[in-house]
Amino acid sequence: MEHYLVAIGVTAGVYALMALGMNVIWGMAGLINLGLVGFFAVGAYVSGLLTLKLGVPIAVGVAAGMVTAALVGVLVAFITVNLRGDYLAIVTLGFAESLRIVMSNELWIANGTDGLSGIPGPYRAQLGPHLFNLFYLAIVVGAVIVLFFLVDRLVNSPFGRVLRAIRDDDVIAEVAGKHVAVFKIKAFAFGSAALGLAGALYGHFTSYIAPDLFAPLLTLYVKLSLLTGGLGNSKGAVLGAVLVVFFLESTRFLAPLIPGLSAVQAAAVRELAISVALLVILRFYARGLLPERIEPPALAAKGAAPALNRI
Amino acid sequence: MEVWQLILNGLMSGTILAVPAIGLSAIFAVLRFTNFALASHMTIGAFAGFVANVWLAWPVVPSLLAAFLIAGVVGVLSDEFILKPFRAAGFITTAIGSIALTIALENAVRFVFGNELRGYDLPIRRDWVLGGLRVSPQQLENLLIALAAMGLLFAFLFFTRTGRAMRAFADNPMLASIKGINADMVARLVSFVAMGLAGLGGMLIGLDTTIDPLVGFKSILTIFAAAVVGGLGSLPGAVVGALLVGVGEELSLLILQPAYRSAIGFLAILMVLTLRPRGILGARAY
Repeated sequence: MEHYLVAIGVTAGVYALMALGMNVIWGMAGLINLGLVGFFAVGAYVSGLLTLKLGVPIAVGVAAGMVTAALVGVLVAFITVNLRGDYLAIVTLGFAESLRIVMSNELWIANGTDGLSGIPGPYRAQLGPHLFNLFYLAIVVGAVIVLFFLVDRLVNSPFGRVLRAIRDDDVIAEVAGKHVAVFKIKAFAFGSAALGLAGALYGHFTSYIAPDLFAPLLTLYVKLSLLTGGLGNSKGAVLGAVLVVFFLESTRFLAPLIPGLSAVQAAAVRELAISVALLVILRFYARGLLPERIEPPALAAKGAAPALNRI
Repeated sequence: MEVWQLILNGLMSGTILAVPAIGLSAIFAVLRFTNFALASHMTIGAFAGFVANVWLAWPVVPSLLAAFLIAGVVGVLSDEFILKPFRAAGFITTAIGSIALTIALENAVRFVFGNELRGYDLPIRRDWVLGGLRVSPQQLENLLIALAAMGLLFAFLFFTRTGRAMRAFADNPMLASIKGINADMVARLVSFVAMGLAGLGGMLIGLDTTIDPLVGFKSILTIFAAAVVGGLGSLPGAVVGALLVGVGEELSLLILQPAYRSAIGFLAILMVLTLRPRGILGARAY
């Protein structure tokens, strides 16, 4: 049981990392990423392959995973930066699906659908399974804390201000002399690096990754985390991730309790519940539990109407 | 000879892909958003047709009509009650909402029908060989049905009052409203027709192979590619794009494994967005 709880804790941490990354892309810059699972997979595969096949140290592998995910992010954002947001939606979704197809079919890269097993974890052999899990939980929590403070700094920095300005009205930001395209690409790259980090950490924990882990449903889980917690708020992103993992795990136990359901039906009910939850929150509670709070500029009149419809 | 066979196959599969691609582009033109829920409506159409064809033992053509109608009705309801409120909140909310909707509907289908592959009840017929090119009678029939559906759609849009009202609304919603065209009616009509076409396309794809709850999602990338290559929002563009992507996918078999077919669609999207973002027949770059 303790083993299970620690594993849930690591999963929640990985989701929190992704939610923080998406908070920069979506919450701050107002960009869409429907294929975040693809960036997660890039981090997991790059780090897993480098450490497994070339014997690179795990820390270097994780860093390489982050950098590669960020570079992919730059490319994807660069192609669509001057177009309507719908195109970025299509390209990110297409990227994740195409990556899944390639990884499923190319045996020489990472054994196709069989997946990559035996990915090393830091000090796994020395610590034994029990201590390793706790140690890894500490690493993931540490990563969440570091990223949390980085994103928090970003929110209150001039860079973060420009991003929010772009999100609320990119024409005004452009008129104010900001290179909107460059800011958008940087934000997308930063967020993608966080997604890659989450993927790499995930792979080194479970020691096994396969294409079917990177299904589009994971994208929904992270969006659900971010929306539940409060878009644009880093505390909300972490809180949302913990709540969503708790919700996901409890549906795992609840669905089989409904009598007369086959395994497939139970899985369908679970996914249905998750997608309906997302629809309901998106519709009625889009500001989340901890709504974004920004210190008003010194000169602004008190009680000025906040921008509500900015999602 | 192999090349010609591949081109022929590509033209036939492209014609079928054009049906849902037109639906996608029509929604984009009128309601101004990309509706990822198209995937689940294809699945719903495919299974509605399956119920009609296999459980109720209807012939193929009435079953296709059932696929169109059921998917269209679900499309109107899901747009009215789920997606419409999202549109006011911006495109990211709408896009995510439509993805969540597609997964919800797909799982509703999975709950009833399970994950196994199912086939339609079709007579077994020998392939025809014409001048060295092989064609199955079923494929030819699908091709004619797809062409007939597109012909009816274009006739509706160009020769009926309602169709012209829809085009006017797509062109300039403000002006259309001033002239007394009811925006809500146009939205419902375009949802019905577009999602109906998605359902019809889902069943046509299934007639060629098999169906499972993922039948829509598996072809969504190709359909988006068709719509983007032709120009999002342009209906003739969707047809041209679908034919090009269809032929491209088949020709890729010369150098790539069959599994990569849908990745070709993604490459086509990247190429078009880099070189000519408004697509071949698109009127404007968004």
